[in-house]
Amino acid sequence: MSAVGTAGPRPGPAVIVAPRPEDRPPDGGPHGPRHRVGRIVLWVLSVGFALMFLYPFAWLLAASLKGRGKVFDNSLWPGTFQWSNYVEVWRELPLLHWVGTSFAIAVIASVAVALSSSIVAFGFAYFRFPGRGLLFGLVLATMMLPGAVTMVPIYLIWKNVGLLGTWVPLFGANLFGSAFYIFLQRQFFLGLPRELFEAARIDGASYWKMFWKVAMPLSIPSFIIVLLFEFQASWNNLQQALIYLNAGSVEGFTAPLGIAYAMTKYSPTAGGQGDYQYVMVASLIVTIPMLVLFAFGQRYFIEGVATTGRKG
Amino acid sequence: MAPALVAQAEALMAQTDVVRAASPTRPKPSRARFHRREAIAGYLFISPWLIGFLIFTAGAMIYSLVISFSHYNLATNAAVPAGLSNYRGLVEDPRVATALGNTLFYALLAVPLEIAFALFLASLLNGIGRGAGAFRTLYYLPRMTPLVATAAVFFLLLNGNTGAINQGLRVFGIEGPQWLVDPTWIKPSIVLMQLWAVSGTMVIFLAALKNVPRELYEVASLDGAGPVRRFFSITLPMISSAMFFNVIVLTIAAFQVFDQAYLLFWRDQSNSSPEASLFYAVYLFQQAFRQFNFGFAAAMAWLLFVIIMIVTFVQMRFGNRLVYYEGDR
Repeated sequence: MSAVGTAGPRPGPAVIVAPRPEDRPPDGGPHGPRHRVGRIVLWVLSVGFALMFLYPFAWLLAASLKGRGKVFDNSLWPGTFQWSNYVEVWRELPLLHWVGTSFAIAVIASVAVALSSSIVAFGFAYFRFPGRGLLFGLVLATMMLPGAVTMVPIYLIWKNVGLLGTWVPLFGANLFGSAFYIFLQRQFFLGLPRELFEAARIDGASYWKMFWKVAMPLSIPSFIIVLLFEFQASWNNLQQALIYLNAGSVEGFTAPLGIAYAMTKYSPTAGGQGDYQYVMVASLIVTIPMLVLFAFGQRYFIEGVATTGRKG
Repeated sequence: MAPALVAQAEALMAQTDVVRAASPTRPKPSRARFHRREAIAGYLFISPWLIGFLIFTAGAMIYSLVISFSHYNLATNAAVPAGLSNYRGLVEDPRVATALGNTLFYALLAVPLEIAFALFLASLLNGIGRGAGAFRTLYYLPRMTPLVATAAVFFLLLNGNTGAINQGLRVFGIEGPQWLVDPTWIKPSIVLMQLWAVSGTMVIFLAALKNVPRELYEVASLDGAGPVRRFFSITLPMISSAMFFNVIVLTIAAFQVFDQAYLLFWRDQSNSSPEASLFYAVYLFQQAFRQFNFGFAAAMAWLLFVIIMIVTFVQMRFGNRLVYYEGDR
């Protein structure tokens, strides 16, 4: 799992202890035993934290199979496995609708933002035009703006064009690129040798062809990072769903909005019966697509975070 | 992710070649023609962003400013000028101060703990060497979990009477607090959720740790520096730019914390939730989309913007003095 943009594959130095085994002199060296103890401590700690991080997953899985009165308890092994939860949940909640809506919006939102951001990024990376530096500075500056400042006016914009209650507000702004992704793609394009484009140019390729046939195929890795990041962001998006879909029918909710609704529906303080096992099943079902995404795109997620976070 | 993006800009600004790239040097002949075609193409390529910027950023900001000085009537779609009354309301409404205080308190609690925990985990994995990849994957899973699912799970786990966490504590004879009810424990509960999913920050630290030259530690060890000394004299300075970045990003995110507070406390509109759980972004959202006080909400948003700008500015001033950039003498 060597990194795309991070350091070399060589594991760095330990803060606490331990050169790797092959670095150690054959017979243990001057600090041999101490390091061995150190390594054991490190492993024990790492495993301990892994268990801690995994506990809520195991608990969630167990809780999703428990009966009404048992959901809260801390046993990781349901006394009686209530498999029917997984059947009933579809009747109890319009979960299929929620997941379908979320999925459709996430696909549209991520493809839209990845394509538009790439186009804009290519514009900033390749062409020279007056005001480019200033405009790119503006792109970066927009990342500083808290979403709350434009939340109300954007709502009013969608209201005035009559698109409230549709999915459009949940991905509409993505059609125009997003600063962070523009930045990411631009960095990638800048890394491509300019001769590639000059060669295509001499062969008579149009600017669009240079982008679509030369730059895009080469930037697939960063394109995938954008797709994955945005898919996850969209899948998680609660606030916009609250603003734009909460007034509509429950069937029309997205998954996050739906689960929020379910949490209230079964809450005893809101007149529910405490059937939280359904909330747990729904939570699990909503989590699984993200875990699948991670299984396939792990490299991109972790390296995306590490590289963009660190040096951009 | 969204709030995290905000500060990315600033941290990146310093390192990008915006300025350098902006000064073209081109051969003289045929310059005007070619240049114009290229420039037009460039503008066409960036036009999606330009249009989006004019509508959703610049236009929306101006609109937001106008709204903040008016009372907006949703039925007639009319903004009636209201002078400074919304801004006066920020001072007069005690809940604004409450929300601001809660948010500030939360940020002061969450950011240091997140930084410390993430750095600790990163050091741990960095020390393990081989096998760290598998742990990194496991540690990253909470980060992939949708926040609603996390909130739903912790909502039950943290239940004061029957929740698994307090049941677990009881095994050791400890009576756990009423996490989600007792005002003192509300913010720690949310911090706990954040710490569970701290791996994004951890990954950034881990990448930074891997870039620290090994030789530095060897030399320091020869000079007799112990682990603690090595950490403070080598590790911390060498990863200071990652630290700087993480602190800024986490702080900005903390000021805008919404999802967790909303899901755990403000889902249903019954007003039984403790005031200690009223975060700024939650109150702003309620004012905007429950009460439809658009003017007041806009004023709140601008106050938040100013506060975040000031805090970030102060952090950058301090940070630039403390951060060590390689190749920067």
